[in-house]
Amino acid sequence: MTETVTSSEPKHSLLSLVPRAEGKQSMKDFKSDQEVRWCPGCGDYAVLAAVQGFMPELGLAKENIVFVSGIGCSSRFPYYMNTYGMHSIHGRAPAIATGLASSRRDLSVWVVTGDGDALSIGGNHLIHALRRNVNLKILLFNNRIYGLTKGQYSPTSEVGKITKSTPMGSLDAPFNPVSLAIGAEASFVARTVDSDRKHLTEVLRQAADHPGTALVEIYQNCNIFNDGAFEALKDKEQAQEAVIRLEHGQQIRFGADGAKGVVRDAVTGDLKVVAVTEKNQSQILVHDAHQASPTTAFALSRLADPDTLHHTPIGVFRSVERPVYDTLMADQLDTAIERDGKGDLGALLAGKDTWTVVG
Amino acid sequence: MTSQVNSPAVQADGAGVDEALDAPVTVPVKAPEKEVRRLDRVIIRFAGDSGDGMQLTGDRFTSETASFGNDLSTLPNFPAEIRAPAGTLPGVSSFQLHFADHDILTPGDAPNVLVAMNPAALKANLADVPRGAEIIINTDEFTKRPMAKVGYETSPLEDGSLDGYSVHPVPLTTLTVEALKDFGLSRKDAGRSKNMFALGLLSWMYHRPTEGTEAFLRRKFAKKPDIAEANVAAFRAGWNFGETTEDFAVSYEVAPATAAFPPGTYRNISGNLALSYGLIAAGQQADLPLYLGSYPITPASDILHELSRHKNFGVRTFQAEDEIAAIGAALGAAFGGQLAVTTTSGPGVALKSETIGLAVSLELPLLIVAIQRGGPSTGLPTKTEQADLLQAMYGRNGEAPVPVVAPRTPADCFDAALEAARIALTYRTPVFLLSDGYLANGSEPWRIPGLDELPDLRVQFAKGPNHELADGTEVFWPYKRDPETLARPWALPGTPGLEHRIGGIEKQDGTGNISYDPANHDFMVRTRQAKVDGITVPDLAVDDPDAARTLVLGWGSTYGPITAAVRRLRGEGVAIAQAHLRHLNPFPGNLEEVLKRYDKVVVPEMNLGQLATLIRAKYLVDARSYNQVNGMPFKAEQLATALKEAIDD
Repeated sequence: MTETVTSSEPKHSLLSLVPRAEGKQSMKDFKSDQEVRWCPGCGDYAVLAAVQGFMPELGLAKENIVFVSGIGCSSRFPYYMNTYGMHSIHGRAPAIATGLASSRRDLSVWVVTGDGDALSIGGNHLIHALRRNVNLKILLFNNRIYGLTKGQYSPTSEVGKITKSTPMGSLDAPFNPVSLAIGAEASFVARTVDSDRKHLTEVLRQAADHPGTALVEIYQNCNIFNDGAFEALKDKEQAQEAVIRLEHGQQIRFGADGAKGVVRDAVTGDLKVVAVTEKNQSQILVHDAHQASPTTAFALSRLADPDTLHHTPIGVFRSVERPVYDTLMADQLDTAIERDGKGDLGALLAGKDTWTVVG
Repeated sequence: MTSQVNSPAVQADGAGVDEALDAPVTVPVKAPEKEVRRLDRVIIRFAGDSGDGMQLTGDRFTSETASFGNDLSTLPNFPAEIRAPAGTLPGVSSFQLHFADHDILTPGDAPNVLVAMNPAALKANLADVPRGAEIIINTDEFTKRPMAKVGYETSPLEDGSLDGYSVHPVPLTTLTVEALKDFGLSRKDAGRSKNMFALGLLSWMYHRPTEGTEAFLRRKFAKKPDIAEANVAAFRAGWNFGETTEDFAVSYEVAPATAAFPPGTYRNISGNLALSYGLIAAGQQADLPLYLGSYPITPASDILHELSRHKNFGVRTFQAEDEIAAIGAALGAAFGGQLAVTTTSGPGVALKSETIGLAVSLELPLLIVAIQRGGPSTGLPTKTEQADLLQAMYGRNGEAPVPVVAPRTPADCFDAALEAARIALTYRTPVFLLSDGYLANGSEPWRIPGLDELPDLRVQFAKGPNHELADGTEVFWPYKRDPETLARPWALPGTPGLEHRIGGIEKQDGTGNISYDPANHDFMVRTRQAKVDGITVPDLAVDDPDAARTLVLGWGSTYGPITAAVRRLRGEGVAIAQAHLRHLNPFPGNLEEVLKRYDKVVVPEMNLGQLATLIRAKYLVDARSYNQVNGMPFKAEQLATALKEAIDD
């Protein structure tokens, strides 16, 4: 059985609503005058460089770009971007960005958040932004630890993690952010890695162009409190077995010379990894990020072993078009004006039942 | 519907009339067939089961009364449960209306007429009804089971417990069903219109105009014309019943309150509606799109409902996933240049506290509309209280001053909303607009302002650099303040060259860059406080015709009862001064001088003394509290007694 790609209509990007930059931009244009104060060696530097490097390609007027963040190490990000920005409070960035994006469709609004910010204190706002499909690009820096508060386990930490707050090991099962996002009706979900600039940039490119909420999970190394958390995906030898690169329209194969592949189990319908053979070659799943049903994307998100990170797919899991909240909101305003005429304050205040007192 | 109230043949002079008197003044006038008496004022209370439509009945009687030109004040009172078990005491819903031929201030202390739709309604309300008052009772409900449900072992209609009242036993359900027998409705469905029958009867008793209610019913049931006509028929049957039955020998006239109203066009309006209109007007006057982030909560949800109906004014309403997201979205919209509002009640304010603190730090305009209800915690969601003043003042981490504005009457919610918007926009600050459940649901006549009477709230956004560095470079500093107002510039995303970052971390004065410098923090804390302290607010007006030695000071919705009590005292020759605060933060500049002019200051509040605490702390004045926290507004008579005791003490 071969998966066929049926739903690859071009999406209706909303970027056309955002004014374009007049001249040619460079990475330098996006660097603010503030000294970057992350720990030396932090993965955040690589992400910042990738974003600053990607922005000129996007070609938007930088005054129409806004970065909104919550609290945590990654949330210092807006200070380093020479765009408009708001460093808000813990977990609330998606809510604040929702107000901005839904009232200003001429802006490209980005949310920078972390695993604690987005999935613990701000979990509610994240899932609701995703379900509404507000036109936000959410960069979720996942380092599987609390860095700014100096090393407590996070909602993505592996079970049994020894930290300052869990000397006998953490008890709670982690969230898988990609699974969570797909479950929350996200229209665009991707995963990438801080150290892979090329991949990160390609994912950013697709996210920026996506109409609606795009969630990009970025595996990011905290070299102080959780160093090497993603080493399995970065070490060249290990990565061959660990990383599954998803590419829309391509068979899902990995390992040395693509020796392994993902197939659908005929009995359970679930996905599984197999060694590719002559016989099963045609059954290797073809990745369809645009498939309306989230089922396969969700199954892909479950392939990874949360402890060893073996079989971790990266790339765009899901990218489908569905109505965008901000657009719908603006349309309702237009419809109301068409239907009732532009608001007349005098008529509104007077209402229907009045009486007059003459002097 | 517009009715014209011309110069009255009989002019009722409302000045000095004391509405807390026990009985209305009755003047016999000639009766054509049935006797018609003229009253100067009436208090009616409709009471029934939550499902009996008492709020609708009260609203309609109010609209009729408003269009007739009486002054009026209303007090809806209903349980938090949508439908408590039928026929039980907790399920009783009531609507009290006070209307008069003169200027009145409160919904009245004690009803002259009680309409009791069932035994529970009678039992729950009888204690408030003075002997001699009229009670209209739906006898159909006074059968064994409904009576037993509320503990009536014998029928109060027969056991003498209503002696001294003027009781009108009316089989309202039976009469309604009979009137609708040609409509092909089931007895149960036909019986549902009994509230309209009762409304018709009361409309006859008080000579109310009826065309408004008939038009309303046809509008409301436009999609179900049969139901509309059945209700109209029940309404007319109630009217005709009054006219024909011998039990109702007398009807009453309450002349329009012409003298109470300055010339103008009027409508009846509730506090939440006036507040909603005030917000829309503020957006129009500021020439900014209005953005509401809200989460449903009693008694504030009406504002969300109302604003969501006016998208053709460019109003965006966002029903958020929680209270925090509601204010978060509003704050994000404020950053983008909208007139941003969040609406809530006490528990919601608690959840929003951190974001309010962020708004203080970001110095962006934001309206926080808090419709207070009984607390703490869930408290009494449908009852009124003033116990969130200190939460509004201080309920945040750090030194986080927020201006507070409080409306005093339902109609005043309109002006208070404009005033709160003025402060927010001028000073770039979050502002609390502190209303309460009594104002929210109560209603009164409102002179509709001309658009030329509304304040100009337009703002200047930052357009270019505002600072020159030592080397001559022109830059934009997001925290370089206006020297007069101390407001910082509002630079909207999309403005080229003004890209800047703001956040909740302490900022360096001027540049807005992150700063942990101790001296800078001290300076910024003091500057934010100075900005709020320096807000221009009008001086406090004092009403003191008799050079009194005692001042009664109130805030918010106690204005009506306090003023009624003061009138009563003055009517008895007692000197008392009255002042009412609209601005709770900052206080008016002359407040200290006013307070120190009097030997005694009495502060009645529906809390345990929150304004009194502020006054005592700030001015070292020995203010006396008079408190009531029972979920209901003060009664004028009770307040007058308390004030008299304070004066004599």
